[in-house]
Amino acid sequence: VKVKMLSWNLDNYIVPRNYDPTLHPFEVLQEYVRVLNATKLEGVFAKPFLAWLDGHRDGVSCLAKHPKSLATVPSGVCDGEVRIWNLTQLKCIRIIQEYVLAFVGLLFTVGDDKTVKQWKIDRPGYREGEEAITYNIRKDTGIDHHWKEAVFATCGQQLDIWGKQRTNPICSMTWRFDSISSGKFNAIKTLILESCTSNRNIVLYDMKQATPLKKVILDMRTNTICWNPTEAFVFMAANDYNVFTFDMCALDTPVMVHMDHVSAVLDVDYSPTGKEFVFANKSQSREQRVICVKWTSDSKYIMYGSDEMNIHLWKANASEKLGVLTSQEKAAKYYNQKLKEKFQHHPHIQPTEQCIMKEEVNHIKHSKPGSVPIVSEKKKHIVAVVK
Amino acid sequence: METAPKPGRDVPPKKDKLQTKRKKPREWKNPESQRSLSGAQDPFPGPAPVPVGVVQKFCRIDKSRKLPRSKAKTRSRLEVAEAEEEETSIKAARSELLLAEEPGFLEGEDGEDTAKICQADIVEAVDIASAAKHFDLNLRQFGPYRLNYSRTGRHLAFGGRRGHVAALDWVTKKLMCEINVMEAVRDIRFLHSEALLAVAQNRWLHIYDNQGIELHCIRRCDRVTRLEFLPFHFLLATASETGFLTYLDVSVGKIVAALNARAGRLDVMSQNPYNAVIHLGHSNGTVSLWSPAMKEPLAKILCHRGGVRAVAVDSTGTYMATSGLDHQLKIFDLRGTYQPLSTRTLPHGAGHLAFSQRGLLVAGMGDVVNIWAGQGKASPPSLEQPYLTHRLSGPVHGLQFCPFEDVLGVGHSGGITSMLVPGAGEPNFDGLESNPYRSRKQRQEWEVKALLEKVPAELICLDPRALAEVDVISLEQGKKERIERLGYDPEAKAPFQPKPKQKGRSSTASLVKRKRKVMDEEHRDKVRQSLQQQQQQQQQQKEAKAKSTGARPSALDRFVC
Repeated sequence: VKVKMLSWNLDNYIVPRNYDPTLHPFEVLQEYVRVLNATKLEGVFAKPFLAWLDGHRDGVSCLAKHPKSLATVPSGVCDGEVRIWNLTQLKCIRIIQEYVLAFVGLLFTVGDDKTVKQWKIDRPGYREGEEAITYNIRKDTGIDHHWKEAVFATCGQQLDIWGKQRTNPICSMTWRFDSISSGKFNAIKTLILESCTSNRNIVLYDMKQATPLKKVILDMRTNTICWNPTEAFVFMAANDYNVFTFDMCALDTPVMVHMDHVSAVLDVDYSPTGKEFVFANKSQSREQRVICVKWTSDSKYIMYGSDEMNIHLWKANASEKLGVLTSQEKAAKYYNQKLKEKFQHHPHIQPTEQCIMKEEVNHIKHSKPGSVPIVSEKKKHIVAVVK
Repeated sequence: METAPKPGRDVPPKKDKLQTKRKKPREWKNPESQRSLSGAQDPFPGPAPVPVGVVQKFCRIDKSRKLPRSKAKTRSRLEVAEAEEEETSIKAARSELLLAEEPGFLEGEDGEDTAKICQADIVEAVDIASAAKHFDLNLRQFGPYRLNYSRTGRHLAFGGRRGHVAALDWVTKKLMCEINVMEAVRDIRFLHSEALLAVAQNRWLHIYDNQGIELHCIRRCDRVTRLEFLPFHFLLATASETGFLTYLDVSVGKIVAALNARAGRLDVMSQNPYNAVIHLGHSNGTVSLWSPAMKEPLAKILCHRGGVRAVAVDSTGTYMATSGLDHQLKIFDLRGTYQPLSTRTLPHGAGHLAFSQRGLLVAGMGDVVNIWAGQGKASPPSLEQPYLTHRLSGPVHGLQFCPFEDVLGVGHSGGITSMLVPGAGEPNFDGLESNPYRSRKQRQEWEVKALLEKVPAELICLDPRALAEVDVISLEQGKKERIERLGYDPEAKAPFQPKPKQKGRSSTASLVKRKRKVMDEEHRDKVRQSLQQQQQQQQQQKEAKAKSTGARPSALDRFVC
């Protein structure tokens, strides 16, 4: 008789694993239950509000991002004061008085008194006065700085490109007689600029050839635009009541229309990953307006400036745990994320990132817009494209 | 003489090898470039081959299902998912190398029939630790016994008809509790771990601690004849004389469903471990399948001419064995056609049936147990020749294979017998799932996780993987609603619009001509396709006819239409 019976050798005992599917018959249903639990816990841990930065004496009208430092944030107010905040300490480190409508684009301020001033971020030493290099220009309403070169663009009656230390612009571009409300440089194709005009247009410019390239006429005015930091040709336009994503090469149809806004969208910003964006709209139920919104460069926080004279700092992912995570926490986090992605179409599972903060700032994923874009709907808002 | 098929051996090894799919062919090193200084070449270049059967085991996507036409993005996503699944199943197949144990086997010498080998011979031929797993408990005083092993296979609980209930760790023979409940015990089951016991007594259902302390008396479950515990759902299913099938959720202590089976007294019950569906056998020869989510049975299968006396389902949920008053033992195919695969007439009807983890089937007929084995885990047991037989000291009242051990526990009127059945148990357990060697801490952690992942009772259905499939019904319904709402079908192919051309090529006549050309081409394609389909159908019919006409062609065949 040749016989062998099962007997376990427990000398080298670790937890043995067998991934045979017959030993795990309900793996799909268990995953489904795990997703339900993860969704519930997400709701439990959703505490997105972090802090607000107080100190301004008037509604905050613009925010800017420091390209090299995550913690430094300058903000400008309607009454002319510019403050530079340190986000990690939640304190104001510098105040600059400008007395007029100030717009901040990185280190520059544009004033209603027809000047652009360049300031240093650091506090001046003892007994040194505030120094500013002044450029005299016509009345301008918007400013943006080139991503790499020491060149900035202002927009008002036309789009001017200025170099440092020059009193005259290097070149000015304009298309007919529009007044331009804001302009932005493309992050990747750094020679392309984009601006929105009061004539419901969005115009694209080429800096090298110093001419405008194309323009698209929409049915409503665009307030601001923002270039996608990871995709070279895509930009987002914050229209009144809609947010459009355009591809620069094909301006006749927007890539996506994000609808469902009850009021005008005042500002829009992309996350540094290029996959999500945040927009700010005027809310009708309250007095406050959210005027400007920015995503921090580590794609973790959103800050917005409101009529309430302060800057709010919120977590981008409301239920995320901040700080250093242990490996088990990270594994659990990624596993839950992946599971939610897998089961997102089931009725009981809400898609992630649907946190609605006080009706004022909304944060949605780029890939899931608020409506199903049908071909005719997209084209509905475009009036014409002109080359 | 033919030996009985050996359950321990694998299918003849390594006939079909699958070269692993290399996603980046440039990484595959040219064998010429791998020559070492000595000039020797790698005799086995490339990655190690993986047997196809093992890879198939880990494939979960059913590729034969056709999905409706969807957008290019969805299709590409599905393709990516399928490619990932293939890669993962190859990796999982490779990881099988790490499984430490091989299944047991039994071979007779010189073509001896394994059925003739008795337990004493096996005990002699095997090592001491395994020999100790064979024991007999002579308990004649308290009536025929029913028994149950806990899910890890480490603990054994048994209850006698005259009220004797005991729970012990049968490996170390350490008794946990022994009481007499002073009432007839009809069935006994461990709940999710060895800490709790459910005992179906004469009047009501009682829950005991493993120290013998009575915790609950559930009066709503009265005159229970059979118990089944669904471990992933924490549900205790009870079949009663009153004809009700009751599901009790033991984690929250609520009765989830009380279903009236409308078939009289229920005393044949079994669970399908693959999808947690309860199989009830009735006296009209049918077996009905129940889920707590529905008031009606999910399916009814006509199995026997007389009443059904025993039902058992194997661990993969593919085969169901039933035996009836017509002395037949049948194995049915549960996935797909509910047709009998094999039948056997028994001299004495089998009152009890059980499947082991590796697909061995045991039938208790009077005081004899017969065990049949198949070709391996995935195949049904072949009922031609039994693998092992054993005679007990009294008629059989309860049968269960011990999980993860090569042991069969039999409860009979003379007590409890533990028999050795080499090749019955799954050799490699999953340490995080059911671990017979778990410590107290590991058990506590496992219990918490199991409770958190408890599957809700409403999700029990015939296909437990239904939630992972593409929801074709909702997709099609959504499409229909969209067409209704919009008034047209946005995904239908747009009619051909000829491109406007210069130099007079865009006149009306030429536009019409171009449109006609395209329409004709499409028409031709359609006709070609339908012709091909017709031809294929005819071919298939011909082949079917050729098979069915048999070996003797007659002159009248030419007149078959």
